[in-house]
Amino acid sequence: MHMADALLSPPVAAAMYAASAAAAVVSVRAVKKDENPAKLPTMAVTSALVFAGQMINYTIPGTGSSGHLCGGMLLSALLGPQAGFLSMVVILTIQCLFFADGGLLALGANCWNMAFYGCFVGYYLLWRPIMRGKFPMAGATRSAQRVKIILASLLGCAITLQLGAFSVVLETSLSGVTELPFAVFAGIMQPIHLAIGLIEGGITAAVLLFVHQARPELLMDADAGGGSAGNRRSLKTALAVLAVTAAVAGGGLSLLASPNPDGLEWSLFGNAEAGYSENLGLDEEDYGVSSGAADAAASIQEKTAFLPDYSFADSDSPVGTSISGLAGSALVAAAAVLVCIAGGFFRRKKAAHG
Amino acid sequence: MDRLSRARSGLREMDALAAGGSPIHRLHPLSKLLVTVLYIVTVTSFPKYELSGLTVMVLYPVLLLQISQIPVSHCFYRLRFVLPLVCAVGLANPFLDRAVLLTLGRIPVTGGVVSMVTLMMKGTFSLLASFVLIAATPIDQLCAALRSIHVPGILATLLLLTYRYIGLMLGEAAAMAQAYQLRAPNQRGLHISAWGSFLGQLLLRSMDRAEELYGSMLLRGFHGEFFYVDVPRLKAADLVYTAACAAAFFCARRFNIPSLLGSLFVR
Repeated sequence: MHMADALLSPPVAAAMYAASAAAAVVSVRAVKKDENPAKLPTMAVTSALVFAGQMINYTIPGTGSSGHLCGGMLLSALLGPQAGFLSMVVILTIQCLFFADGGLLALGANCWNMAFYGCFVGYYLLWRPIMRGKFPMAGATRSAQRVKIILASLLGCAITLQLGAFSVVLETSLSGVTELPFAVFAGIMQPIHLAIGLIEGGITAAVLLFVHQARPELLMDADAGGGSAGNRRSLKTALAVLAVTAAVAGGGLSLLASPNPDGLEWSLFGNAEAGYSENLGLDEEDYGVSSGAADAAASIQEKTAFLPDYSFADSDSPVGTSISGLAGSALVAAAAVLVCIAGGFFRRKKAAHG
Repeated sequence: MDRLSRARSGLREMDALAAGGSPIHRLHPLSKLLVTVLYIVTVTSFPKYELSGLTVMVLYPVLLLQISQIPVSHCFYRLRFVLPLVCAVGLANPFLDRAVLLTLGRIPVTGGVVSMVTLMMKGTFSLLASFVLIAATPIDQLCAALRSIHVPGILATLLLLTYRYIGLMLGEAAAMAQAYQLRAPNQRGLHISAWGSFLGQLLLRSMDRAEELYGSMLLRGFHGEFFYVDVPRLKAADLVYTAACAAAFFCARRFNIPSLLGSLFVR
């Protein structure tokens, strides 16, 4: 979901920078007020861990494909929303600077889409209410805590990823770089990210469950649950119920996401889904977003001819200026090549001397 | 899982590049940061059909790559992350925007094709620029520059510490992944039964490590902020470089330089 610089226009990028900066200022104040200097190294080590953890492939049972870890929810569950947000900002900055994942200009937007929703929305609207809430099936037993962790992780990742994906669509459309209609773009992005969110939620839940079992004091808002080890069967039942609910909700949501499910839209969804599973198999970072859109473009390609009717070609008016533009561009390209050749010459010279 | 070790060697390469001694490396980090941001803002602000005006912007990263003697191949290897998403978003343009802008011989070129190519060039150029920035600036200098423009100390320190620990964590995770793979051959990725324990184990160990780290930082006199020692002072050359680049970007954005150049030769 990392956006590149080219997908944003400077005003949109500036607005997103301002929004993320505001969230960062609030977070810095909160962390400073905390007056716990030991938190800084913990934050650094945890964000380094999440960074490494995001590169591990988790095989999704029953399919050949793999999923990845959702950083925001994990960090806010371990460090709290403010510290989690700052850690996420640092991770995104390093990804952008050293791994070319995202861009310098798009950093503000990426922080908002991934860190803000994942940490603040994920924590205050989902993690904390669920972890502190009283559920009819639960007491303070250990297994009840486990069910809550699973529920909070799944819902948290799915919902925050939906918000993030919607923001990507909104920001790209506002920047005016794509000709894709808003509804079609959203129709591709939202279902794909629902699936990704549920898988990321599952992985986050697995990690948090392990931490809860070994060192419950590390998790925010979770108590150790004094009761006995709890019975495993109730956990499995709860998991099954959750899985079915998620599947039903997922199906319903993706129908809602398509405002007008006509033939084109159905074919888009079909192709987008296929693209998603294929692409996850490739275990690259781009999450299948690209392949979804590529498939969408391909399905439009089937319906439209590539070259427009020749008779529309207006061969008079803009040609004069365009040709001088082309000639000039060729000159620029030649200059660039010349610079490279000169650079190579001096390098060789230096190497020969040294 | 190869990605862990690949990322690790990528980080090491960048560190080695940033330790170079070219004129670009010697510039003040703040002026490099400022010029890079200006460049990216200029590039992304070009309208979607202004392909010819945009081409002149290629000269900045090309010149910088050559002066700083950074291998271009490193940079293009990185493009593989950015270009897929940009291409995917841009690919729809030729099919949806089919008004003809110009004809090349017999072939009509539509607005969609032009805007797609413009988008890809914007993506490539911005990436090249930020690559040059980070390949010619060590991370501690960059953090010091951020501090000097009043980015909160917590963020700068966190960035530095996280960067330091990412190398370590990648190494540990790579060793664990290799151990896992050797015990589970013919298996791509982690089995669901190890989803929690794999990263969880590393997490618990890291939490303990963070405590030790904090102890050792205290012993070395840490009190919530790092001191940056070897930060160069802002020299006249830095100011000239920043002003010259800003003026050049402004001209490139204001006037369609390739078009003007071309009109000298083509009537």
